[in-house]
Amino acid sequence: MNRKTAGILAITAVLVLGGGYVAWSAWRQSPASAAGGLDVTKRGSLLYVGADGRVAQRAQNGTTTTGDLRCLRVYSAGGTTSCMRTVAVPAGFETVVLGKSLEPLRTIRVDGTPSRTRVSASGRLVAWTVFRTGDSYQPGRFSTTAGIYDTQSKRLYGSLEDFALTIDGQPYDKPDVNYWGVTFAADDRTFYATVGSGDRTWLLRGDLATRSLTSVRENAECPSLSPDGTRVAYKKKDQDGQWRLTVLDLKAGTETPLAETMNIDDQQVWLDNATIGYGRPQNAGVYAVPADGSGAPTLVQARASSPSPL
Amino acid sequence: MPGTVIGLGMVSFFTDASSELVAAFLPVYLLYGLGVSYVQFGLLDGLYTGATAVLRLAGGHLADRLARPKAIALAGYGLSAFTKLGFPLAGASVAGIGGLLALDRAGKGIRTAPRDAMITAASDRGSLGRSFGAHRALDTAGALAGPLIAFALLAWVGNAYDAVFGASFCLGLVGVLILVFFVRDAPAPVVRPKVRIRESVKLLSTPALRRITLCVVVLGLATAGDAFLFVALAKQGGVPGNGLSLLPLGTAVIFLLCAVPAGRLADRLGRWRVFVAGQLLLVTAYGCVWLLTGWALVPVVLALHGLYYAATDGVLMAHVGGLLPEHLRSSGMAVVQAGQALARMAAAITFGALAQGWALGPAFGVFAAALLAATLFSTRASRSVTP
Repeated sequence: MNRKTAGILAITAVLVLGGGYVAWSAWRQSPASAAGGLDVTKRGSLLYVGADGRVAQRAQNGTTTTGDLRCLRVYSAGGTTSCMRTVAVPAGFETVVLGKSLEPLRTIRVDGTPSRTRVSASGRLVAWTVFRTGDSYQPGRFSTTAGIYDTQSKRLYGSLEDFALTIDGQPYDKPDVNYWGVTFAADDRTFYATVGSGDRTWLLRGDLATRSLTSVRENAECPSLSPDGTRVAYKKKDQDGQWRLTVLDLKAGTETPLAETMNIDDQQVWLDNATIGYGRPQNAGVYAVPADGSGAPTLVQARASSPSPL
Repeated sequence: MPGTVIGLGMVSFFTDASSELVAAFLPVYLLYGLGVSYVQFGLLDGLYTGATAVLRLAGGHLADRLARPKAIALAGYGLSAFTKLGFPLAGASVAGIGGLLALDRAGKGIRTAPRDAMITAASDRGSLGRSFGAHRALDTAGALAGPLIAFALLAWVGNAYDAVFGASFCLGLVGVLILVFFVRDAPAPVVRPKVRIRESVKLLSTPALRRITLCVVVLGLATAGDAFLFVALAKQGGVPGNGLSLLPLGTAVIFLLCAVPAGRLADRLGRWRVFVAGQLLLVTAYGCVWLLTGWALVPVVLALHGLYYAATDGVLMAHVGGLLPEHLRSSGMAVVQAGQALARMAAAITFGALAQGWALGPAFGVFAAALLAATLFSTRASRSVTP
């Protein structure tokens, strides 16, 4: 056997074995019985991304249903669902906005790896955050882009960087600002988000109508507004550089650290007006903790992430 | 076109596809497959560039010392390929994954100079530019294919992430097998001078290489990172917030299409001349994103940027390869490459600080001026050495 024949045989063997392995992995992933039936209008249930990357739903009685929808992050409210996922051509990511029966309404290409997504309670507004490495001004850091889509006016706010920013009463125009973690108020106009610049972060209140952003307080990331609109839950950096889940009373201005002491990197959700939900690291599962700082974290759904209460 | 050049081009195609597949997929894997924060990995990026520069020198020197560039290149390609098998085993260990990424880059550092020396050895003196152009075109095609394969696989296998790493390993292994079976080492001269570290170091005292390295370092110090150019272009060109990720494709496609013609042109007009002219294309691109606005900027700047790569990336190595004595070719190429890599790393930090303290547009204005000055310097500094 000459050299070329040996080479061709070896390469063919690698391609066949590799292709076979990939095909077997794909086949093994398909569920035996295609369990469809996600119902995003079913109140009191919880939507989440399961360990297999598919969106699943947990009913109030604890039974779970897995759908065919694959998302990295998911959020659903008011009949509108936002699903952030990968696209092959051209390679990248997109946010797909889905209607009541999970039919795609609009696909929006995004400039980075999905990080957060939210839908306003009415289902009208959809927000997302993505991150990238490479174009951060400080080596080794990453930059983020946060965008909003209005399903009613079909208006796309591609990046919050186009909004006017005011910090501590002064216009702020440093070029290194990054925005992330949008959460909406009930009026479908007001929202909260985070801005980062240098080593500092601020909680912002935004106004879609005037395209403006105003700082509320420092050191608060990935806000989540309570259903009654009186409190904001966020992650706050403590002295050791760890994130601590914290709730701010907007009227009184008081902060309450929650009973979860683990370092949590997630945008929290309000399971109800008194309970916070979030994903623990390493896909350990969705946990719940009281919003008033009492009690202890309890497991809601094992091996799950991206919780979205309906 | 020499068979060795096409062979090495195919090796690079598969290896780059393998590496870019993992690079595109890694953020998703870390965040959603493992559920670990991506923050910690970014910090290691700078370290790799430094480590790669040192390994480039080591790889180049060893290739000359043993007079076996293929063996050293094979070690580099093999290391990168087998690293891919480690990812599923590393699990959620941040140190483990960081170490594997470092090994992957180490492989790249080791193989680059010996491979470029092999391309030089296999080509006629008069067509070095064309050979390097063909190699870089295949290399870029691989880099384009990688992310596409990664995300197509994700759509197919869902989150069977081991399959994605498996596919990356297979692509890398195909590259290694092509190198083993289809690429021949140039026959070593019967009598060859002994190469010790001293000879490699002494290379820098040869005026030609010293001047080229100096020019490349000075130019590198005035070169902003590509990612910044794309951000500035998106802003100035009014690209909607969701089009930024498509801009690098434009540069890559132009580079891919123009690498061979630019190499041929360099063979005819003079490689150094085309290399220097390429810098002026980049100066123009910087000037554009600094001063101009409007959608027409997007195709113009992407064309300039892609042509810049076509006129400089392979052409520089073609120029260097043609000047170096055969027995010190890998070492010499490694010196130029390492100088360029370190200078660009320093430039990235400077540019970041400048843009952060000031603004992106003016930062490009400063770099345009600096790059223009560096280009004029390069024209003068090399006049005495090259025709």
